[in-house]
Amino acid sequence: MNNQYYSKLIFELSHEGRRGYSLPDNEFKEYDLASMPQNLLRQQEPDLPQVDELTVVRHYTNMSNNNFGVDTGFYPLGSCTMKYNPKINEEICAMPAFSGLHPLQQENTVQGALEVYYNLQRSLAEISGLSEFTLNPYAGAHGELTGLMIMRSYHMSRNDSKRTKVIVPDSAHGTNPASAAVCGLEVVVVKSRPDGTVDVDDLQPLLGDDIAGMMMTNPNTLGIFEHDIAKIAQLVHDCGGLMYYDGANLNPMLGKCRPGDLGFDIMHINLHKTFSTPHGGGGPGSGPVGVRAGLEQFLPNPRVKRTEGDDWYQYSIENTDSALGSISSFLGNFAVIMRAYTYILTLGRENLAQVGPLATLNANYIKESLKDCYELPLKGVCKHEFVFDGLKDKSTGVTTLDVAKRLLDYGFHAPTIYFPLLFHEAMMIEPTENESKETLDAFIEVMRKIAHEAATDPELVKSAPHHTPVRRLDDTKAALKQIVTFAELRQAEL
Amino acid sequence: MSYKYFPHTPSDIRAMLNTCGEKSLDDLYKDIPNGLILKREYDLPHAMSEVEIRRFFNDLGEYNRPLTCFVGAGCYDHYSPSVINTIISRSEFLTSYTPYQAEISQGTLQYIFEYQSMIASLTGMEVSNASMYDGCTATAEAMMMAVAATKKRTKVLISATLNPIVTRVVETYAKFHGITTDIIAQEGGVTSRDDFERKVAAGDVAGVIVPAPNFYGIVEDYTGWADFCHSHKTLLIMNCVASALGAIKSPGEWDADIAVGDGQSLGIPMNFGGPYVGFLATRKSLIRKMPGRIVGATTDADGQRAFVLTLQAREQHIRREKATSNICSNESLMALYVTIYMALMGSKGLKEVNELGYSGAHYLAEQLCQTGHFSLAFPDKPFLNEFAVKTSLPISDLQDFCAELGMQFGLKISDDTLLICVTEMRSKTEIDMLTDVIKNFIESAEEGKK
Amino acid sequence: MSKIIDGLFYSESHEYVKIEGEFGYVGITDYAQHELGNVVYVDMPEVDDEVEAGQEFGAVESVKAASDLNSPVSGTVVEVNEALDDEPGLVNKDPYANWIIKVQLSDASELDSLMNAEAYKNFIGE
Repeated sequence: MNNQYYSKLIFELSHEGRRGYSLPDNEFKEYDLASMPQNLLRQQEPDLPQVDELTVVRHYTNMSNNNFGVDTGFYPLGSCTMKYNPKINEEICAMPAFSGLHPLQQENTVQGALEVYYNLQRSLAEISGLSEFTLNPYAGAHGELTGLMIMRSYHMSRNDSKRTKVIVPDSAHGTNPASAAVCGLEVVVVKSRPDGTVDVDDLQPLLGDDIAGMMMTNPNTLGIFEHDIAKIAQLVHDCGGLMYYDGANLNPMLGKCRPGDLGFDIMHINLHKTFSTPHGGGGPGSGPVGVRAGLEQFLPNPRVKRTEGDDWYQYSIENTDSALGSISSFLGNFAVIMRAYTYILTLGRENLAQVGPLATLNANYIKESLKDCYELPLKGVCKHEFVFDGLKDKSTGVTTLDVAKRLLDYGFHAPTIYFPLLFHEAMMIEPTENESKETLDAFIEVMRKIAHEAATDPELVKSAPHHTPVRRLDDTKAALKQIVTFAELRQAEL
Repeated sequence: MSYKYFPHTPSDIRAMLNTCGEKSLDDLYKDIPNGLILKREYDLPHAMSEVEIRRFFNDLGEYNRPLTCFVGAGCYDHYSPSVINTIISRSEFLTSYTPYQAEISQGTLQYIFEYQSMIASLTGMEVSNASMYDGCTATAEAMMMAVAATKKRTKVLISATLNPIVTRVVETYAKFHGITTDIIAQEGGVTSRDDFERKVAAGDVAGVIVPAPNFYGIVEDYTGWADFCHSHKTLLIMNCVASALGAIKSPGEWDADIAVGDGQSLGIPMNFGGPYVGFLATRKSLIRKMPGRIVGATTDADGQRAFVLTLQAREQHIRREKATSNICSNESLMALYVTIYMALMGSKGLKEVNELGYSGAHYLAEQLCQTGHFSLAFPDKPFLNEFAVKTSLPISDLQDFCAELGMQFGLKISDDTLLICVTEMRSKTEIDMLTDVIKNFIESAEEGKK
Repeated sequence: MSKIIDGLFYSESHEYVKIEGEFGYVGITDYAQHELGNVVYVDMPEVDDEVEAGQEFGAVESVKAASDLNSPVSGTVVEVNEALDDEPGLVNKDPYANWIIKVQLSDASELDSLMNAEAYKNFIGE
């Protein structure tokens, strides 16, 4: 239940003369900021609200009630791996002995933090089958960019400067080509076969001495394992390129399969997907990047190194000239790194190995339970996710968007929709290993009910959602009016 | 196989496999060539209970020493109101995804709209995006944005007084993106006006990146810089310490084109380097060149006001290799962090924070100079809460000595120069204690000489 | 069924060019605007920019999609339709009246490789 008053914009709750903070008295009044040259000081105060503390608390608490999180309910968002975010992770990363550290303190005062960083690198290396990791990248896309920088650095170090193209499947996440472009690489698209996997016949003619490498995710965005991966990796290696693994879909691999063993040379891992750190409404994430032996010298600065003797060891922060450069202020999103390491220690080797199979079981269970009323374009076993191409009965005019919105009415988050682009009415569903059979059964029942509603009362579905804090939004108006600040909102008519 | 994060009982698994027409969990992987399947356990520790986890990290924490902080250089120890942690821990914010389903994400969308409004106002710019990873990457994105906005130009100038941590990241992005960078020299702790004008006038410059305040804590005078840039169709990019903008002239007031920086100084815990939040704000006319997500206001089917991700056709999931950037997630939860901070502090609180830092820093500077072993590196330049001092003392030894007694005394930026910071968190007692410790060090050093 | 006008030249990427003397008016076809949905932005070149046949010169954006604009002809941009800055939806209302750029043609023979109305009609399968 939400209060209309407190749900307004914070600026609309502002009253001249209110304040929400307290600060100590100035003990050095003889040094006065006003003595700085006027010309260097701000002339116009920023237009920030004036609100008391309780108003701030109620305002944001009311707003939170308009949100849906993993803790609220089932979140089958494909390619996003919305698994449970364990609470112990939050407790550990907030420990003052870690959170109170300045990133530029002398190394001998931060050995515990460096050990966390170092040990997570090693754990990820073991899980991925690669040699060395950096934990500096802040997100998956940032990891992709870092990985491609490593790829280019490798070629540049061999004076092989003509390798400026990177091969990306047409089913790839949009970040792949975008990261390639930021990294100064040209994208070459390779087609998918009808079964959704990379078409090796289409790939072969693309390979040449201008290819820097190939980016793939495996299982791919359709949830299908690329069974020709060994052959693909060999072809790319034979032409002198490197294989990049987009770790967005790593979850089903846990316990079963390692990218390094499949022939990949470089990869990123989304800690906020596979290793349970919260998405936070779109960040902060973390996108560690791993490389096979022989590429570690290109990993970005700074790096954490361990030195040991007979009865001692110590950690240090190092910068090298062979590195590709720096891609972050310090050592990445350390509090996210803390959470992921806590997760790995909590599950341990025995439970980490169950993650992939149980996530895969859950996905296949939903797929098999709904394929009679939703169009399943790719038959057979999937991995952690799969794609329906809309309702089986297309005659009702009810679209994937309508089904997604109707799901919200029933208290479920929607799947990823209209991605991948290979299908017109794509609906990409990814449960995770944390969901019980009962939760999945409830979701399946609602999905069947919506299919029934589409047939009997299509308008009900087309006008959904009906029970959410707001109804369907006018995207076109937002794009045309471009009201992106309160100052603009005050001027505009909406 | 029961485990607290896995609800599956053996009979659940049997029933579900049955629905799938499979006999075992291994059968779900039968499409993977057998040679590629991992046939051993991970070489990782066994599972730990919560009791053991807590003990493990408590023990490890003993090897860290949080210190009374007299260092900044891109990360600042500021006051963080208790309200913030309570709100951002709400799982409705913490455990949600990017707000694609606007109908059930109004909480996230509304705070991002508030964040954009506050950042635009704080920087004096017209529009802001939904946030970036950190200040360094935001500055690199601003560089690429300037290159995109000026079409065929490929050169960017960076002031020598910009924090070198930022410069390194910007140069890395530039190298791979095909942008040429050049450094504008510094003179007496500030960016050389002559070198700036000469290099901009030479042509082909898409953007110029200058700091406010600069790496040495100095507030530089940019009078006329924007005009000079604009007369050469060059964009002026200002990298700012967010908190300082509560007091010093804003990028908008300098007539800059893009304002970027790190928002960590708006109360975010130091967290050994992250997560923080980058900000990027600009003119309305450049909104389509801006990287990252943007939230806009609109109405719903019932005509009520609501918020939604907008201008998405610029972004990677639609534009792919032609997107304005590859960034997809912003640093949403940290954007909420600084939004609540700015709501609580208001413009008066932000100004007070700067007054306290200014006073404390100038007090410490004077105390240090009075020892006779320190002198301001740039004595005639105005600084805010950070300053550089020259000393003949052995800096690393002095820092170790202070650390033993629980204090982080500055950052060594050359053999004889320390960069020191004082925020509102440092009391007179702490500053006096630091001065005493330093005096002790000097005394023992002098005794050692005898 | 999409509107197709006789006498214009059409490209496979769904642009048309309408010839008047040495100038060509370039826009997107009715079929293309329909596929895109509500147009919210048209990214246009500047006057005096050179365009090349088959090469990208801008883009049209709807809320959920973006499509590159490829010029059907080579030449110099002599005018851009500034009305589209304020009201991009004009492209939906009448894409043929609301051309995007006016080009001074450098090679009229390029028109030979474009489709006429009937060929374009077949091309889009109507």
